[in-house]
Amino acid sequence: MPNQPDSNNWPRWFDPRSRSLGTFGYILNRVTALGLTLYLMMHLVALGQLARGADAYDGFIALVKNPLFKLGELLVIAAGVIHGLNGIRIALNSFGIGVRRQKSTFITLMLIAVFIIVFFAFKMFSEG
Amino acid sequence: MTNQPWQVQIKIQRQRAGEKPYVQAFALEVDPDEYVLDAVERIWAFHDRTLTYRHACHHSTCGACGMRVNGREKLTCITTIRSVTQNGGTIRIDPLRNFPVVSDLVVDMGDFFLRMNKSDFNSVAPDNAARLPYEHPKKLETQTEGEPERLVDCIECGLCISACPAANTDKEYVGPAVLAAIHLMYTQNPSQKLINQADDHSGLWRCHSAYECTEVCPSGVDPAWRIMDMRKTVFKDRVKSIIKPRLPEKKDA
Ligand code: SF4
Repeated sequence: MPNQPDSNNWPRWFDPRSRSLGTFGYILNRVTALGLTLYLMMHLVALGQLARGADAYDGFIALVKNPLFKLGELLVIAAGVIHGLNGIRIALNSFGIGVRRQKSTFITLMLIAVFIIVFFAFKMFSEG
Repeated sequence: MTNQPWQVQIKIQRQRAGEKPYVQAFALEVDPDEYVLDAVERIWAFHDRTLTYRHACHHSTCGACGMRVNGREKLTCITTIRSVTQNGGTIRIDPLRNFPVVSDLVVDMGDFFLRMNKSDFNSVAPDNAARLPYEHPKKLETQTEGEPERLVDCIECGLCISACPAANTDKEYVGPAVLAAIHLMYTQNPSQKLINQADDHSGLWRCHSAYECTEVCPSGVDPAWRIMDMRKTVFKDRVKSIIKPRLPEKKDA
């Protein structure tokens, strides 16, 4: 990859080697944003299927009860929570609030995210 | 040498402009308390006179010897060998990123310096303006007549630009050091010109909060803080201009 600015260098955004916590936040926000966009597209396609009648609806409900689908749903929740909480940190920082505490804010918010994700995982998988 | 010598391997990325880069390894006996730049100089002096690199002051004032050491942006004149490897270990040295390579470890920083000039960057400032506003002012030990001045912290080494992921994909982005310079100049002498320079999609708004600039800055400039603080100023200016629209600026004759 060329050693100068180039729009083709974007894969380097996701390279965490010899980077600090700020870049982990940066990478997480990009990965979760891409995941959520993909989900939104899949969601719209799935909703389109439902309009095709009762059979399609039943088939769809059977599919979403599949544990793999549940795992997918949990990933969507995780992405939403991580992106949202990290986004709050970035928005505050962008107005000059808490910039010098961005690392501790990131760690705190991500711990809250883990707590929320575990809570949802427990709820979703214990309901059977 | 005061310490037991260490045997280390130094792997350097070699490249002539426009040609393909390759990595060359050199085995060296070093004092672990020597600096990485000393090792590079030794390679040039005793192993390969064609190796090119930049250096001048050797005490972190000129900003010339920025390189990537084991992937991380470092001022090599103040980076001890002990801090980046162990006895028998390897040190990988690469040129800074986000600048065109001229040759081996030398990158072309011309555009960067021109951008610094555009911000009217002045490397000397009144003592209290030169430091970060959140730092405690240090008591001066000697009394001078008039207001004391000092060199500002930014040594224009370019490490922050090399570390910045936004500068990695956007040629037009002016980069952390230039934005920090605009902030520094604005705190000394506020002007609409500086606000307009910062308030640009290739200026303040291109920063996406990775904070790598502040991590690697060897001189305590804290560019990330300065960028965010400048955003506050620009934001206030935008709100003000909605309430009280500005007259179009007169062109200088
Ligand atoms: S802001 Fe820091 S890292 Fe960037 S050029 Fe100035 S001294 Fe170097």
